[in-house]
Amino acid sequence: MPKKVIMKGNEAVALAMRQINPNVVAAYPITPQTEIVQIFSSFVSDELVDTEFVTVESEHSAMSASIGASAAGARAMTATSANGLAFMWEVIYIAASLRLPIVMAVVNRALSGPINIHCDHSDSMGARDSGWIQIYSENAQEAYDNMIQGIRIAEHEDLKLPVMVTMDGFIISHAMENLMVLEDDKVEDFIGEYKPQYPLLDIENPVTYGPLDLYDFYFEHKRQQAEAMRIAGRIIKNVADDYEKLSGRSYGLVEPYYLEDAKVALVVLGSTAGTAKACVDELRLEGKKVGLLKIRVFRPFPYDEIIEALKGLKVVAIMDRSDSFSSFGGPVFNEVRSAILSLERPPITLSYIYGLGGRDVNLKDILGLYHDLEEIVFSGEPGEVLRYLGVRES
Amino acid sequence: MASLKELAGGTPNLLTGGHRLCAGCGAPIIVRQVLAVAGRDVVISCATGCLEVATSIYPYTSWAVPFIHNAFENAAATISGVESAYKVLRRRGKLSKDIKFITFGGDGGTYDIGLQSLSGAMERGHRMLYVCYDNGAYMNTGIQRSSATPRGANTTTSPVGKGLKAGKPQYRKDLTGIMAAHDIPYVAQVSPYNWRDLTKKVEKALSVDGPSFINALSPCPRGWITNTPDTIELTRVAVDTCFWPLYEVEDGRWKVNYKPKEKRPLIDWLKMQGRFKHLFNPENQGIIEELQADVNRRWEKLLNKAGESV
Repeated sequence: MPKKVIMKGNEAVALAMRQINPNVVAAYPITPQTEIVQIFSSFVSDELVDTEFVTVESEHSAMSASIGASAAGARAMTATSANGLAFMWEVIYIAASLRLPIVMAVVNRALSGPINIHCDHSDSMGARDSGWIQIYSENAQEAYDNMIQGIRIAEHEDLKLPVMVTMDGFIISHAMENLMVLEDDKVEDFIGEYKPQYPLLDIENPVTYGPLDLYDFYFEHKRQQAEAMRIAGRIIKNVADDYEKLSGRSYGLVEPYYLEDAKVALVVLGSTAGTAKACVDELRLEGKKVGLLKIRVFRPFPYDEIIEALKGLKVVAIMDRSDSFSSFGGPVFNEVRSAILSLERPPITLSYIYGLGGRDVNLKDILGLYHDLEEIVFSGEPGEVLRYLGVRES
Repeated sequence: MASLKELAGGTPNLLTGGHRLCAGCGAPIIVRQVLAVAGRDVVISCATGCLEVATSIYPYTSWAVPFIHNAFENAAATISGVESAYKVLRRRGKLSKDIKFITFGGDGGTYDIGLQSLSGAMERGHRMLYVCYDNGAYMNTGIQRSSATPRGANTTTSPVGKGLKAGKPQYRKDLTGIMAAHDIPYVAQVSPYNWRDLTKKVEKALSVDGPSFINALSPCPRGWITNTPDTIELTRVAVDTCFWPLYEVEDGRWKVNYKPKEKRPLIDWLKMQGRFKHLFNPENQGIIEELQADVNRRWEKLLNKAGESV
């Protein structure tokens, strides 16, 4: 029987890793991910897993060793946050380009500088074009579920792409939550045995990984990588269907919430979706036509689902927990806005940058935001497109 | 131990011909000597550099053994991941073969940008051999100085000019010493002219239960401005002048493997190379003496560590 437990996000992710029992974990501690590494270390010490745990001297080496392990033919996992992910930058691109199905938990934290340890999405958003599948989690339950699904997605024979599962630092990683966890053997059956293609350790069939790839082939290889990402959405949905049969919990690329008849909506990723859902519930009781679109999978970018979900709306606020410093809104805003431009009557879109460096966003903030959107519907005046929520401007 | 005949081609060539390394390059000579000992049951990782770009141009590869290139600074971390995978897959009964793990990196990927990755892998105790082919500069990007470049060398980032009359101002980093300070089971310095010494050391390095490091002198005719047929001779003179002593550190015990009967003056080695040409100009008087004094000091220090008299 599945079990109801009370644990923090970090504990839930570490638990998923124990149940996955990967061959190799190479990881380096960084706040707020540290607990995952610590808890997993005790699993290794207590022989609850059979994993080779590589206590690397940096995140760069964590990803480099994960690449070596995965190319060797092992199931490899790691976890990091913020500057740790930034330090991996060079090699996360290589992991994706070598088509290595590494699964990495990213506990979202603001990038330095100035140094800050709290949540925003500047770390994983910066890695959005690295070729990794990115799955954002709303709470610890989703982080746990996404880690397990991540293995099946990454290792799918048509993909062989690395997967980043994110959860908001402290807000999810350090908050106690009720969640349902699966039995160990159910997880083992669900993920199955890893069958590597062209492992380095197949000495009889030597292969060369990471050759110099010049103008005569590089482009074709990049095109193949893009194609794998293009079909990844379908595979992520198939894996979610299988996972629903096992867990009873359903997942899509996006999660529409009261959008059918909504006039205004937010588009949001991560834990803020939970806060926004509570606001929608409250406003719906007042008869307000408000809704929410949570993006679960940001890479591949689910543009079809987003277009479908947002059609017919009047005003949409697109929430970014990171700034791109392009002076034209954050990454979520730009991509969502670009996707829905193909609608015959696209909704008015506003960019809201919020919550940087762990700045709290609460029910009152979101309720105020919905109120502002309704005002726009009423007045027909969109006003400033580019907005900041919860920042002191003077 | 491999015989000279085997080294010359009696064993299957695991780094095949057709690669694009320059004539006279020391790297493929070193790799072939290492692989002649290691045999087929190896996995190679390689740092970005001349050896990597010239031996694995897609869709071709010169490597008849499993090979991975990841990036410039992480060849040691990469092979540590491969070795960890091997350990766990063996433990789980998925593999039975005895496989060796070898990394090749130039001095750029080893002394400089890759030092942290190398140090970490050595400290963690992976069963791996790291071989540095030290050609004394960033040759792949066009002869820029590294921390392995000898003092006085003319490189493209220590170019001899009006203000920099004597080339690179700094002495070399003692990387072999730094690796010995990691207290790993086996560290050695080799020179390809002495294939018997080199192959014996590779054999030792691959037999220890833990990490090992070998530093190999690797002439670069383009960077050193030398004649291609002189490559092997250059590696001999470097040893005979004690610029590049042959020694090993086995479980903490230092041993000098070759003491020249008559130590040749450093000038014999310098004058073979265009990169030191300016040192013979009148304005650089005294520099060669200083370089000689440094070689003497390091040689005496080494003899001391090995418990030998000068």
